[in-house]
Amino acid sequence: LNPNISAFQRRFVGEVRRCEEMEKTFTFLQQELRDAGRVLAPCRDKPEAPLAREALRIQEQSEQLAQELREVSRNRASLRGRLRDLRQYLHVLREGQHFTSLPAPLGSPPRSRALSERDPLLDPSLHQHLDRKINFVAGVVHPWRVSAFERLLWRACRGYLVASFVEMPEPMEDPATGESITWVIFLISYWGEQIGQKIRKISDCFHCRVYPYPESEASRVETMNGLQTQIQDLSVVLEETEEYLAQVLDKVVLALPTWRVQVQKMKAIYLVLNQCSFDVTEKCLIAEVWCPVRDLTQVQEALRQGSYKSGSSVECFVQRIPTSESPPTLIRTNKFTAGFQSIVDAYGVASYQEVNPAPYAIITFPFIFAIMFGDVGHGLLMFLFALWMVLYENSPSLKQASNEIWLTFFEGRYLILLMGAFSIYTGFIYNECFSKATVIFPSAWSVAAMANHSSWSSAYLATHPSLTLDPNVTGVFQGPYPFGIDPIWSLATNHLNFLNSFKMKMSVVLGIVHMGFGVLLGIFNHVHFNQWHRLVLELLPEMIFLLALFGYLVFLIFYKWIKFSVADSLVAPSILIHFIDMFLFTSSADNLPLYQGQVPVQMVLVVLALASVPVLLLGTPLYLWCRRRAPRTNHPTSVATGEQEPLLEGQEAGNSVNATKEDVESGRHSADTEHLDMAEILMHQAIHTIEYCLGCVSNTASYLRLWALSLAHAQLSEVLWTMVMRNGFVRLRYVGGVLLVPVFAAFAVLTVAILLVMEGLSAFLHALRLHWVEFQNKFYVGAGYKLCPFTFTPDAWD
Amino acid sequence: MVSLLCCGPKMAACGLVLSAWGVIMLVLLGIFFNVHSAVLIEDVPFTEEDFKDGPEKIYHLYEQVSYNCFIAAGLYALLGGFSLCQGRLHRRKEYLVR
Repeated sequence: LNPNISAFQRRFVGEVRRCEEMEKTFTFLQQELRDAGRVLAPCRDKPEAPLAREALRIQEQSEQLAQELREVSRNRASLRGRLRDLRQYLHVLREGQHFTSLPAPLGSPPRSRALSERDPLLDPSLHQHLDRKINFVAGVVHPWRVSAFERLLWRACRGYLVASFVEMPEPMEDPATGESITWVIFLISYWGEQIGQKIRKISDCFHCRVYPYPESEASRVETMNGLQTQIQDLSVVLEETEEYLAQVLDKVVLALPTWRVQVQKMKAIYLVLNQCSFDVTEKCLIAEVWCPVRDLTQVQEALRQGSYKSGSSVECFVQRIPTSESPPTLIRTNKFTAGFQSIVDAYGVASYQEVNPAPYAIITFPFIFAIMFGDVGHGLLMFLFALWMVLYENSPSLKQASNEIWLTFFEGRYLILLMGAFSIYTGFIYNECFSKATVIFPSAWSVAAMANHSSWSSAYLATHPSLTLDPNVTGVFQGPYPFGIDPIWSLATNHLNFLNSFKMKMSVVLGIVHMGFGVLLGIFNHVHFNQWHRLVLELLPEMIFLLALFGYLVFLIFYKWIKFSVADSLVAPSILIHFIDMFLFTSSADNLPLYQGQVPVQMVLVVLALASVPVLLLGTPLYLWCRRRAPRTNHPTSVATGEQEPLLEGQEAGNSVNATKEDVESGRHSADTEHLDMAEILMHQAIHTIEYCLGCVSNTASYLRLWALSLAHAQLSEVLWTMVMRNGFVRLRYVGGVLLVPVFAAFAVLTVAILLVMEGLSAFLHALRLHWVEFQNKFYVGAGYKLCPFTFTPDAWD
Repeated sequence: MVSLLCCGPKMAACGLVLSAWGVIMLVLLGIFFNVHSAVLIEDVPFTEEDFKDGPEKIYHLYEQVSYNCFIAAGLYALLGGFSLCQGRLHRRKEYLVR
């Protein structure tokens, strides 16, 4: 209601900000938990949105916990640092002892650049003669800097020092980067004050940690003991700190999930409240909502309960106001129809009060899928899979899976159930079960009759690899198979020739029926919106065009199937050539007519179809133009489409004064632009005509994909059987059975992967495309938007 | 005691499904081979010689293949039983650890 006010000026912005701060604290807490390796369990129970003082309490508690955590972490880090320092010092002292106390043999090993233990440079016997005071500098240096350090020391101090380096026995953490490095301890003995200063400066440059090295043996031992005790104490303290940290983390784990949910709910509520505006007295909130008419009493009831619970003195109420905006679309679905509705909505949400193709899609979509998928075995597998999902749909492990692909399959379980069931049906019609025919009824073709009639000799059989069964001979063909395709065709080499003709005609017939049904659904739209002129001027020409041309094609197909039998199969006319001649107004000599008077009938139909095109093109625009010309004199009194009402209506109790003013303003606008609409209407209608007429031809051809995909499926299935399964049937007596086990396993896996998943998805996609494009563009507009009521949905949480 | 669990819960479920399908389909195939169904003629491993002296040899081959199918079905039943046991062990393990 208040789009003009910026986000910062809204009333509840303070509360929203507080919620966001709390969420920041929660994120920090969660981060800490993750660092410590804890897992946060999702919130099980459903807490209600908290009141204001509870929210305050949550905020205080969470901030307190965060503060504690921060302090404890800081303490722990500093304790760790100190421990590390102490340990390093201890090592320095220990290793240094090796150099200064033990006498080294003469002939020290050659100096190598590698980090190895070395003896002092100077001969210790010489060492003792020199009576100057020797000072020491001891510390640790990063191993990568050792050689540079050494070189610099040598050059700077000109040999007046003895430097020894040794690796630390255990690696330690680098305070800066946190990774574990093996430090190198160095011990420099020098004499002279200035050299000492130089050395110290150099070691500073190289970021070495220098420790005081006590001169005498005894003080060294003392320092070492002192260090040991310190280290022990520190370790104990560190342990206690870690325990305390664990306790704090436990508290957080318990409380955090509930808090998160509560705060999120609160934030959502405040965001919605922010969208309301205040009335003049600043005491009430006003909101404009969309609400289904059927639920109006429920809304009033809920409002009444709400005001009772919160104990306010004034009651909330709801009132209807007129508007010129187009309302959102709400289609109520149950768990069965939701899947079908969602595939329709994926193309476009229905415009307000438009006819919804979803109820018809419940049957047509699985049927069209099944035509492309028809196989009893595969359909059965699909059906059983979907049945399992449907029967166990309430089990929590299925519902709360996080895998997105699985969830997609689960949402469409009723879709898959129907698709599988219909596929079993079409599988029986195509007579295919894992690419093998089932002989439920005895075959109508008799090889014996043909053999007896033609008296095939052995010599003849030897030279002719394929033999024809001529149905003209009596006894060979005993009539059509009761249900589906005769199983003998699966043994015939011209199996595909027969099936192609059948499937092609079937696809065309089904396509034209589907499209005609789509055009007919437009009747609902026209009747509902009281556009009777469209019924006569659009629907009628469309139907005539479709039926005169393509309906006639369907008629020809059925007529030829019924009228022509095997006896005249040599001279049977070709439908395709007749159809082409119909358009070109010619005739071929060797193509017999299907029935008497075919040529004049076809001419009439073509003329009728061509005549309907200009009616479709110009009918509606002319009608609208005439209608607008007549009442142009009475224009000022009736404003546009009668959905506006003047300002006097909504005056009670400060009720949306803003809204009605805006509504009336927008109403005035539409009246001015009327004279521009004519061109727009003409253009729109021209586009619609061209789209429809050309679409009829192309869409009919598009339905041939039903044939193509069913052929592909059948062939893939057959290839899989002959190339995989057949290898399991070998001549070996009993070993064959053992061999059959892995062969069948391979067959099963490939069936599921290629035929069920890949072909299933492909057929699904094509069936969807046929529905979206060929079926729905005959009547569906799909320009609406969905009603999104305010809910606390769990998938808003991350 | 050595753990009898050798495959995960999902493997066990897959094995169970595959075995059930295998048992049903192979038994049916075996029956159809046994009644010398003409539709399955291409799958019978015959050679040129078997076509001399009447259909007895072909029928014999049919029956051989059908026995093979039954054996395979039996093996799949064993596999199914094994998968079932694995599944049960898994479920029991879930209860115990918690």
